[in-house]
Amino acid sequence: MFIAITVAILITMGLALARALLGPTVYDRIAAANMFGTKTVLLIAVFAFMSSRTDLLDIALVYALINFIGVIAVLKLVERGDLYSGISAEQTKTKAKR
Amino acid sequence: MVFDLLSWFCLIAGGLTGIIGAVGIHRFPDFYSRTHAVGVTDTLSATLILLGLAFQAGLSLASFKLGLVFILLFLSSPTASHALVKAAVHGGLKPLLESDISEKKS
Repeated sequence: MFIAITVAILITMGLALARALLGPTVYDRIAAANMFGTKTVLLIAVFAFMSSRTDLLDIALVYALINFIGVIAVLKLVERGDLYSGISAEQTKTKAKR
Repeated sequence: MVFDLLSWFCLIAGGLTGIIGAVGIHRFPDFYSRTHAVGVTDTLSATLILLGLAFQAGLSLASFKLGLVFILLFLSSPTASHALVKAAVHGGLKPLLESDISEKKS
């Protein structure tokens, strides 16, 4: 029965990946990647129970953390154009005008 | 036995919700409505699947870890959706209005 759930999660991941490849805007791609990451966490959790090695749940925990931080980092990169400074690109432009 | 039934019900419902969300991400016309499909079904399917697995584990370290994963996903997934939509609005993406659809048809 765990195999059925695994297949359902894999179908979901495949469809999310298709949207990430097709997506017209960059935000569609990020949303699909976010969905893909969440489903990966669930897949690892189901796999841990399927193989009765519940230690794997630690990996799911770490993956959930990394997924969230990754999405926020990519969003900041798309929104501001850089990651390294506290000042956004627009603010730099207005400062240069002054 | 009762816990087994509850567990399988939750797991199957979670899998179905996930697939519905994945179909929604393809069927909806623009980004903001797609975010609705992703944000809602992601949280619900994660909750249901983790709850089903916790029913399988019973009271143990595994279900405690599942609870931690659940808390993390439950806090981070809506936050990520919100940040995504905010970034899209900030980036100047316009939502698809009813007038745009009728113009396309005519």
